[in-house]
Amino acid sequence: MATIRIRPRRWVAEQVALSRSRAAPPGSAGQESITTRADIPALIRAYGSFIALVALILYNSIFTRNFLSIGAFNANMTQAATIVIVAVGMTFVIATGGIDLSVGSLMAIAGSLAPLFLLDAYQFGTPVVGLALAIIVPLVATTLCGAFNGVLVTRVGLQPIIATLVLYLGGRGIAQLIVNGELREFRNLGSPLVPALEFLGLGQVFGVRFQIIVMLVVVLVATWVLRATTFGRYVLATGGNPSAARLAGVPVNRVKMAVYCLSGFLAGLAGLIVVAINRSSDPHRVGEYMELDAIAAVAVGGTPLSGGRATILGTLVGALIIQLLRFTLIANNVQDGITRMVIAGAIVIAVLAQRQRAT
Amino acid sequence: MSDEAPQSAPLLVMEGIDKAFPGVVALDGAALEIAPGEVHAIIGQNGAGKSTLMKILNGVYRRDAGSVMLDGRAVDFRDPQEAQAAGVSTIYQEINLVPYRSVAENIFMGREPRRWGLLDRARMNGDATTILARLGVQIDVRRPLGTLNIAMQQMVAIARALSTDARIVIMDEPTSSLDDREVEVLFEVIRGLKANGIAVIYISHRLDELYAVCDRVTVMRDGKTIENRPVNGVSKLELVARMLGKEIGEVRRSGATGFRHQGARVAGEVLIEATGLQGEALDGASVAIRAGEIVGLAGLLGSGRTEVARVLFGADAADGDLRVKGKPVRWSSPRDAIKAGLGLCVEDRKADGIIPYMSVRENLTLAALPTLSRRGIVDTTEQRKIVDRFIERLAIKTSGPEQAIRELSGGNQQKVLLGRWLCLNPSVLLLDEPTRGIDVGAKAEIQELIDQLADEGLGVLMISSELEEITEGADRVVVLREGRTVAEFDSGNVSQDVVMHAMAHGDDPNPASTVGG
Repeated sequence: MATIRIRPRRWVAEQVALSRSRAAPPGSAGQESITTRADIPALIRAYGSFIALVALILYNSIFTRNFLSIGAFNANMTQAATIVIVAVGMTFVIATGGIDLSVGSLMAIAGSLAPLFLLDAYQFGTPVVGLALAIIVPLVATTLCGAFNGVLVTRVGLQPIIATLVLYLGGRGIAQLIVNGELREFRNLGSPLVPALEFLGLGQVFGVRFQIIVMLVVVLVATWVLRATTFGRYVLATGGNPSAARLAGVPVNRVKMAVYCLSGFLAGLAGLIVVAINRSSDPHRVGEYMELDAIAAVAVGGTPLSGGRATILGTLVGALIIQLLRFTLIANNVQDGITRMVIAGAIVIAVLAQRQRAT
Repeated sequence: MSDEAPQSAPLLVMEGIDKAFPGVVALDGAALEIAPGEVHAIIGQNGAGKSTLMKILNGVYRRDAGSVMLDGRAVDFRDPQEAQAAGVSTIYQEINLVPYRSVAENIFMGREPRRWGLLDRARMNGDATTILARLGVQIDVRRPLGTLNIAMQQMVAIARALSTDARIVIMDEPTSSLDDREVEVLFEVIRGLKANGIAVIYISHRLDELYAVCDRVTVMRDGKTIENRPVNGVSKLELVARMLGKEIGEVRRSGATGFRHQGARVAGEVLIEATGLQGEALDGASVAIRAGEIVGLAGLLGSGRTEVARVLFGADAADGDLRVKGKPVRWSSPRDAIKAGLGLCVEDRKADGIIPYMSVRENLTLAALPTLSRRGIVDTTEQRKIVDRFIERLAIKTSGPEQAIRELSGGNQQKVLLGRWLCLNPSVLLLDEPTRGIDVGAKAEIQELIDQLADEGLGVLMISSELEEITEGADRVVVLREGRTVAEFDSGNVSQDVVMHAMAHGDDPNPASTVGG
């Protein structure tokens, strides 16, 4: 395996390139060469989301009591962690020019499946097998759901938004059927290893919530995959120009299948984390509105929904901005209704700031 | 037919029309003059500017320069609605009506007759029936449009144009999906329009149709208007020559291309061979490519040239026999063909070639990624080496491998796309209009490169609309007409005249027989 190296300077260069490409529509650049002169609008487009994030952190550091405590850090990051994990998968799907509306429902499926394997200690011989199944089966199931989305998009030829609407609607129904529509509380489960599952959402490593570590690993691996692997390049080529990609030998359909599977897998992982945090599984509520939160994080982070370009770190930043904005408003006792409107406004501003000029 | 050549004031005069798109000059001082009640053909090769000129006339595009006079008044349509209100209607190849709505609703869409603010359905149906009757069409106007065949849908589109009091109807390839009988009905309708004083602009690549229905013809080439003359008395061969920018009898070797080694090579074994291809735009086309030769594939627009290349490359499916080195093969996707050593450089680089937001490096190595990676991880060191080598070898003008490909000129984009295949060491290259839209200098460079590659033993299929490329570059020339291989020449007995003749008439031995009039 090659070593994972995130090169900050190269990333900066890529961000500037990404924002330049937004500023100038394809072809209009003509003979434009890459200059080294400071291009203020390009810099703002490139770093706007970072500046916003830093501003939010600074504001809270000064005005919000205990913001710099590990407790507040954990609180904010745990809120953001599941969104980031799902949004990473969403970034891949969007990079191919698609979209995945089913993620929230897939989270509910994963959350409903997990407790079934922890009903009592000796259900599967030993508790360890039960725990393993409680983690593996939900992930396999949601990955297969992703594959189903992929088949609808590639073989049946449905528009991604319609294809994934199928499981958005039906998936939550499946989750409800799995548990007969009941909320399942973990304290009623018999397996002695239930706390091991709960560790996913509640455990701490050196004072940092375990799920935050999971989130960071997902972000780092995804960044590396997008940048350094054949698959990552194929994803961007598929989204950038599917017809040209196919003629260059890119297995466009397989790539699309793979991103929906990946999105399903990550949604399953997020679903397990959510039920672990709640110590219960409610098929009606797990992952509710997650698809919208994830799409918002991707958009605020600077990945264009037209496909072909993507930034995983941007998605992380986007999710954190939305979370911190919400936190800041709540910490200042702003009404919930207004909070929602401010967040909506922030999304509009973020997307406008990054948008490519028409014609 | 054109004896009563209209002496009256022209209905439409377009002059000095310029239109540029990023990186391409689509129109360069183009002109068009249409008399009332005239059926006027516009012909030209792909990219000659016919469609752009029409889109300026009907308000889809706005011109950069020039003037449009309709009925002696200067006009400048900002959108198709304005043009339609002024009497310019367009019937597109792909009929842009709503299949689920009734015939009458489609005819009056957006202008429905109203009574007391409500839709006056009875009047709408009545008016629709009347208009269609003028076209000699009798159908139930309450039927959903989608239940009619294409020819009938086209009639509805024409009826819609008539209902807007159109004075100029633009028909873009109206016969492309019609059978012979339907074409005859369409011609009757066109003659009817003409009798009613409505001018028709008729765009088609089927030259025979010109003689059947058109009064005058405007020939376009490279964004310019080359000629405007009566159809009567002009031969098909002359029209082809004008479209391609040749003089009849021009057989002199001009030496204008970068090709030098034509005919000097000894062709090796047959690398790929297609026989009797049947499919979209193909009707029995056959072609074989040997090692170390350039096969020139000539034919007019719509002759199936591009389709042949796409079938050879596995991009489209077709029936027929396909063999690689004598063994039958079936491609399920271009991937298979690439593995077998083929590469395809497409005609429309922007639509099917470049990945615009990727860098020169990524575009150049896109097809080579499987060979450049171990366990799915790209070996960037090796990748950079290859890219640097090809930037140097192909003399690609770029600020560096990380520059976005869309910022390069057409010629340099084409070099990157050639590099995409060359870095895989292919055995067969399929080049569809390899020098289209490329400036003169880069053009000669690319031609020299193609020459060199054939010297090195590559089999090259070169599709070109430029006769010099075919006659000076190809070791062997295959001519397609209407999806069929109609002639084959080797470099010893090829001339622009014989190629043009084959393109225009196929294997017809007597060219005079097809001159209209």
